[in-house]
Order: sequence, then structure tokens, then C-alpha cells
Amino acid sequence: MLGLLVLALVGCGESAWNNPYPAADATANIYYSSFAERPKHLDPARSYSADEYTFLAQIYEPPLQYHFLLRPYRLVPLSASEVPEPRYFDAEGNPLPKDAPVASIDHSDYLIRIQPGIRFQPHPAFARTQDGRYRYHSLSPEGLKGIHRLADFKETGTRELTAEDFAYQIKRLAAPWTHSPLAGLMREHIRGFAELADQLAGLESAHALKRAAALRQANLSGVEVLDRYTLRIRLEGKYPQFLYWLAMPFFAPLPWEADVFYAQPGLAERNITLDWYPVGTGPYMLTENDPNRRLVLERNPNFHGETYPTECMPEDLDSGILNDAGRPLPFIERAIYSLEKEDIPRWTKFLQGYYDASGIASDAFDQAIQIEASGEPMLTEVMRERGISLLTSVEPSIFYMGFNMLDPVIGGDSERARLLRRAISIAVDFEEFISIFTNGRGLVAQGPLPPGIFGHREGEAGINPYVYTWRDGRPKRRSLTEAQRLMEQAGYPNGIDRETGRALSLNYEAVAAGPDDRARLNWIRKQFAKLGIELVIRSTDYNRFQEKIRNGTGQVFMWGWNADYPDPENFLFLLYGPNGKVEHQGENAANYANPEFDRLFDAMKYMEDGPERQALIDQLVEIARRDAPWVWGFHPKSFSLHHRWLFNAHPNQMANNTLKYRRLDPVQRQAARRDWNRPILWPLGVAGGGLVLLILPAWWMVRRRERSTAL
Amino acid sequence: MTAYILRRLVYAIPILIGVNLLTFVLFFVVNSPDDMARLHLGQKRVTAEAIRAWKAERGYDRPLLYNAEAEGLARLTDTIFFQKSLKLFAFQFGASDAGRDIGYDIAQRMWPSLAIALPVLLIGLAFNISMALFIVFFRATYIDLGSRVVLVAMMSISGLFYIIGGQFLIGKLWHLVPISGYDQGLDAWRFLILPVIVGVVSGIGSGTRWYRTLFLEEIERDYVRTAHAKGLSEGVVLFRHVLRNALIPILTGVVVILPLLFMGSLITESFFGIPGLGSYTIDAINNQDFAIVRAMVFLGAVLYILGLILTDISYTLADPRVRLQ
Repeated sequence: MLGLLVLALVGCGESAWNNPYPAADATANIYYSSFAERPKHLDPARSYSADEYTFLAQIYEPPLQYHFLLRPYRLVPLSASEVPEPRYFDAEGNPLPKDAPVASIDHSDYLIRIQPGIRFQPHPAFARTQDGRYRYHSLSPEGLKGIHRLADFKETGTRELTAEDFAYQIKRLAAPWTHSPLAGLMREHIRGFAELADQLAGLESAHALKRAAALRQANLSGVEVLDRYTLRIRLEGKYPQFLYWLAMPFFAPLPWEADVFYAQPGLAERNITLDWYPVGTGPYMLTENDPNRRLVLERNPNFHGETYPTECMPEDLDSGILNDAGRPLPFIERAIYSLEKEDIPRWTKFLQGYYDASGIASDAFDQAIQIEASGEPMLTEVMRERGISLLTSVEPSIFYMGFNMLDPVIGGDSERARLLRRAISIAVDFEEFISIFTNGRGLVAQGPLPPGIFGHREGEAGINPYVYTWRDGRPKRRSLTEAQRLMEQAGYPNGIDRETGRALSLNYEAVAAGPDDRARLNWIRKQFAKLGIELVIRSTDYNRFQEKIRNGTGQVFMWGWNADYPDPENFLFLLYGPNGKVEHQGENAANYANPEFDRLFDAMKYMEDGPERQALIDQLVEIARRDAPWVWGFHPKSFSLHHRWLFNAHPNQMANNTLKYRRLDPVQRQAARRDWNRPILWPLGVAGGGLVLLILPAWWMVRRRERSTAL
Repeated sequence: MTAYILRRLVYAIPILIGVNLLTFVLFFVVNSPDDMARLHLGQKRVTAEAIRAWKAERGYDRPLLYNAEAEGLARLTDTIFFQKSLKLFAFQFGASDAGRDIGYDIAQRMWPSLAIALPVLLIGLAFNISMALFIVFFRATYIDLGSRVVLVAMMSISGLFYIIGGQFLIGKLWHLVPISGYDQGLDAWRFLILPVIVGVVSGIGSGTRWYRTLFLEEIERDYVRTAHAKGLSEGVVLFRHVLRNALIPILTGVVVILPLLFMGSLITESFFGIPGLGSYTIDAINNQDFAIVRAMVFLGAVLYILGLILTDISYTLADPRVRLQ
């Protein structure tokens, strides 16, 4: 074993001995990061997870993107040349003004003009023979010999992006075999989408090549290619949130050549699929996909070019975030994401300089962060000495405790149940929860809308008056006495049901996997016990938990939502009656239904942001707070650490395509790595010496014993 | 011997069917095809239509074990169990529920598992046997007593502790090797040092103690007394006579696990970032990927049976008195 170690030392040359990367890459412009779970899907029509967007958003370019630095979040063009303005029409096709009543709008048109000159990344699907035929579109079994990865195809090609590629991708969303999670929603909005989906349903069992051909020829009435660079999407009625979807990979262009290429027999068996090898126009392309080990993004040589933003928020001006303003993107040549399933090695490698940025696991939190007397998080001395910087931001998400509103005890519209829910809302101390279970990384929610989303109110105007009072410039949770008084009014004095004379008992549905969960569940039980309520924890696996929520058989549960886009509609729809989980299989897990709320929501959802919309949102939030279908829980705060050689790491919770903005100083990184990772040799000496000390006396004793006589 | 091996192979068929059936039942008791579809399709905006289409595409829209609507033999064959299990016996693992070729993934991932397991086994075997012989040499002395105390202490420590401790000391504190990761081809050796050291050290307690017991049993035999009486040195007695005669129980323990070395170790691979088969199986269970789970359980069962046959064969090599009939 000692020999193995010595061998390692000799073989490492000048590079640090614990360097997991080749010594030749020591000063290369490579960004190093990690991932814990392999991406399930890299097909932009299927992928719907933040982990997957880490890769996809660098490769695919939908028409729009979020501005990197400006807040509130603002859409700007990406592959489009401008942000399209919706145009509204009545049933006769007459144009309507922007502020036309929703009921009068028959359809709305989005004219998407794309930038000319954008080209796809090099890919074998585009490769052509000298006579102009596609080189790899009629592959034979012989032609596939020796092909195991996409890189085994020797020739690649490219072509210019056209409006047809966007239209093709939207048709893919409708194809049942694509299993796009957006298909259900787009059926309701894009004209002709449902008809196309029904028409394609018959082809589900057909060969992939036949399906690709059918898709190319299929007609989607709501999507029309007007010319090489212009696309018109026609929506039913009004749906202003559609613009946000245009910033997600679902609407990224996909060339038909790629679909035909991957559909060929023998490729799927070799794991060469679109779900594995994306084809985009973005600043990076996936050149290595070995999710058991690493994923590698490399600069796309055909990238059309983009420049670093020149505007930022005034408060960020001094941070140097505009130092690269106007410079061409991207800065980084390669990005290597290594599989790292466990927190300990991931954190250690970050501290050793082998990852450029890192989140903070709970175990390492105290090592990295100290909370100041003011409650603000600060880096510890050790982190500051290393030049590590901390970035925090509130995520556009909410974790809440939901009450099943279909339940006869805790749910419903009765005053009794409402008072009970409000009492529980006071008793469940989410400030304590955040402190104990998230290391303070969260902001107590006052309603469904997180900060940064239009409609969210700060300060005294933003508190939930049923749970908080405003005192000394900050919200203060109402006392337990008030909660107990509410319990009494509800007919449960000290948790005893006045009608039955028995203690109130509620069921809490939970997915429990380990000791951490046990502590959390005990804490929740204690919160209810404050009111004399006996909480029965019904732990189960995730499948059964979901089933209970779907069937509405639970009473109390924890749930969460991460925004698709920064619009209040994307949070308030979680409380919209026709979106109920049990009856409509929607995302309203609490099955909350209030006709007044639903009416106001219908009026608010398609409005432009402005005072009128704000007034409606205020009413919606007030109704929800009064009815208390959720204990509002908290909005998580993300903490990320960055080494001093990584620049332009600015928190943006909506944009996923931020790798192109990042810049590195690899020379500085190499110096730090060498400095931080000098091998400590004395343990080897001690181990060697120890072995000698063991072996020599043993050998001597063996010899002595061998030579000794019996008498 | 050929007849014996053939007979054992035939016996393996009902065992494999039983293992397959048990895996199937256990898996589907916990996960329904609808659950699998939901997990694969994601958590947001999953429609009933999407679930139906997913199941139909992968053949999970059939009944599990018995198709009451079918006619004749199809009642048994037009089921998920039959359709998903039959090809396993031809070692055609098919595609995972996520669409990946399982056979290819297994072929790729078994080598990293083997790259750790084989050195751990060989170095561990050599070290543990040597240590055990050394302790036996000093049996009934303070060296024997002290060694036993240390070995029992080493056995009592969790394997996870060795991993975390090894990573902390060798990787983090002393900066001698990468704390985790893997590379392809020969470049992988740098990443194997730490898991191999940890694997060997964590096995010393139980391994050495086990071999010590075997050797102590042998050393009381008459032939050892005869050898001593003949005037042979203690070293010759131990290495040439005791070790050779203790080979059968050693082989029992070692040969049976040889084929299973391919299957890897979950915790080691997870902590050291080794892309082996151990983590492949657990990932599949977490992702409710039945296709991989059944393939891995089937493969494990086949390899175990193979290991048992190899063990029997090795007896004949180690002890000429043993005959397989």
C-alpha cells in the first residue's frame, strides 16, 4: 500500500499530488463544477428540471432569455432579434388594442423574428457528401461498426438556423412520443396544437423514422413560418405568460435533420439519441456525455456571438460586475462537470481549489458561514483568507404546509375550520424551522408570492396580519395565546373537541427517509402539540405520499413549488379552484377552492403588470391569508461560494444560461491550488518507519524462536 | 465433472426464475407502473395522457402477472412479467426505462468496479493471510492477545468510518491523492489508490481474524505435530503445510465472490465517485427503473451460482480427494 502511494507521488510530476485533473490542464481556461444526479433528459422538449437546465441552457437557444443583471427579471432577445409584442384579434380577425377586454380577444399572434446568420453546432446530422446528400442519414449496420459515441462519426456539418426549426420543435412538443410535460398546457393555448397531437397519436407505435417524417410534414395551424427568419405563433385568446415560455428550452429550435439522424435503426441501441446528445446553437456544445463520470461542455465554434451586458442595477455598480461590459461571450473554453454524489468530497475539492464554485451542504455550513449579531450571514475567517466570496439570493420558490381543503375537519369553508387553520398557522413557527433545519437559509413567507415577483409587498404592507403584527420595524409572530384563543373560538379549547370531548387528532403525511427526517417530524409534532393537537405522523414512501395527495386522503402535508417564470400567476394558480389536485389533477395540492378567489384570479392572470393588477393581487392574497389553506412556510435562500479567480458570478434565479458570462483566471487558480495542496510527507515516513519497526522485531523474534531449543 | 457442472446449470434455471419472480413482486409491491411513469416524466404538469403513453411505449400497460382478458397461453405471456423476463435468460437486458442500453452500461461500468474490487481482494488476501500466520506463529502469547484486541476493534468500526477517515487523512489533510473521481484507461490508477487502501484496511479486522481461526484449527492436527517432530522449521510448517491444508475454507470464501467482484460496492463507489455497477443498481432503485433492477438482480444471481460452481471445482484442485460426480 505504501508502495502504491509512493508510485502516485513519483507519477505526479509538478502537479499537486491530489489534483484530480490532468497536469496539462493546469492553466487551461476550464471551468470545473460537479453534479450529483445524472440528467434524465437532455431533449429540450422533455427536460423540465433545474439540474438538466444547467447543461441544456448553455446549448440550446430559445427565442428569449432573461437579462443577466437587471431586476425585476426582464426578458431580452436571445435567438430572436426582438422581444415579440403580442397582437390581439377578435373572432373576425380585426385587430384589437392592447388593453382590449380579455373576453373580446379571440386569438393573439406572436411574431418572432430570428437573427439571421445563427448556425448550429457542428454535428454529424448536418454532414453532407460531395454530391450534397446527407452523409449519415441512411446508415447501414456496416456503417455503424465502430460507432459507440457521437464523436465516432468522423464528419460533421452545420447549417443556418431558420424559422422552420422553431416550428419543428413546437410540433415535437405536440407529438405524444416525445412525452413533453408542456404538451398538456400548450393544448389549451396554441391554436391547432390539440388537433395535431390527436392526429399524431396514431403514430405512437410507428418506427421513429416514419414518425420524424410525419412530424416534418405535419401542419400546425397555429404556427406559421412567414419567411426564412420569421415565425408567427397564434394563441387562443390572451395568454401573456407565453412570452416567458419562449425563454425556456421547450421552445428552443431543433433541426429536423437531428431528429431524422437519431431516428435511424441501431443508434438508440448505442445510446446515441437526442436525449443524450443535444444539437443547439448556443455558446457551448456537449462534447462528452458520460454521466457516470463527467459531462463536458466546449465552446461552440459556430456560436453567432453575443456581448456581455452593459447595464446593471445601480447597487451592483461598485461590485465590478460590469468590468467585462461589451466584451464578446463566452469567456470560458470548456466546462467540466464531474459526478460527485457525496457532500464531503465535493466540499473538500472546492476547498482544495478543484471546483470553482460550490453550494454549502448542511454539514459544512458552520465551517463556511457565521451569522452576525444583525442576523446577516458572513463568511468565516478561513473562507475569507482564501479569497472565497459568498452570494445569496432568495429563490423564486415556496415551501409550504398544506391543509387538504376537502377534509371534513381541517378543510372546507366553515368558520370553525378556518379558525383552526389560522391557529395552526400561528403555532407552526417557521422562523424556528428555518433556523434549525436550513441553517437560516430561508425567508418566512407572508403569502404565496416570493420577493422579486410582481405583486409581492415588502415591509408592513406585506405581512400576513392573521399570523404577524408589525412591531419595531419587523414582523412579529402572534403569540401562542392568540392561537389558543382561536382554537377556543373554533370549538377546540386546549385542543379538545367540544362536541366529542376528545383531543383533536390530525394526520400528517410525510416522506421519511432518514434520521434528519425524524428530527423534522418531531419538530412538526411539537408545533401542533402547542395547541393540544395530537399530530399522527404517517410516514410512507414517495409514491404512496403522492397517491394520498392525488386522492385527497391526507390532512396536512408539506409541499413546494419552484417558479417556471417570474409572474404572480405562476404562484397564485396553485390556489386556483379549477386547478385542484383531486378533481382536476392540477397543481393545487391543497384543493383550495374559493369562487371569489377564482373570479379575481381569472381577471388578474392575463393583465399587464400595473396598479390595477397589483390591487387584484392584494385582494387575492388577502383572501388566501384569511382562508389559510396553507401555512405559508418559507422561501428558500440560495447560498453559493466562489473562488477569487471566478468572475461575473452574479445570482440570477431565473436565467440558467449564465455560464457564458463567467470568466476565469486559470493562472491565479493554479497558484492557489499549488499553495493549498502541498503534499505532507511525514505520514509516509511514519508509516514506512512503523512498518520497519514492526517487521524487524517480528523477524528477530521469529529467528530467535526458530533457533531456540525445546529444553 | 462435466455432467456435474451441466446438472448444476440446469438446477440454476428454476432458481433464476424464482429470483426473477421475487424481484418482480417486491418491486411492483412498492412501485406501480403509474409511479414509474410519474418519476420518469417529472413532477410538474404530468397529465394522465402522458402517463398512459409512457406505459404503452414501454410495455407497462399490460397486467402484471396474469392477463384475464387474453386467451389461452397469452394469459400468462401477455403480461409485464413474461415480456420483461424472458429475454434475460438469453442475457438480452434490453433498454432501461430511460432508454439506455443496459448491456452496454453494464459492460462499461463493470471495469471500474473490478478495478477496485480485485486489488482489494488480492492485497487483502495476501496481507490478511500473512498477518494471520504471523499471529498463529505467536499463538498464546501477548502478541496473539494484543492482535486479537486490535482486530476486534477494527472489526467493530463501521466501513463508512474508514472511508471518511481515509478521505480526511490521506486526501484532505495530507494532500497525497485525489479525494474522489475517476479517469479512463490507465490514468484511473491515481484514483484507485485511496479506495484500495481503505478497502484493504477496513477488511483487515474480519479477514485476519477469520484466517487466524482457520489456521489455529489446522495447527492442532496430527500432521502438524508430525512435521514438527520431523524437525521442520515453523515457517515451513506454517506456509507449506498449514496454509495448504487450510485452503479449502479459504477457497470457499474467496472463489464464490470472484464473479461478484464485477458487481461493485455501493458505498465505496458513491463516496469515491467511481462509476461502477454498485451505484448503477442503487441509482436504478431510486429512479424506479425496473429494467435495470431486474437485470442487475438477475446478473447477481447468475454470478453467484457461477461462483458456487467455481468453488466446487476449486475444491478438486485444492484437495485431490474431492471428486465431483
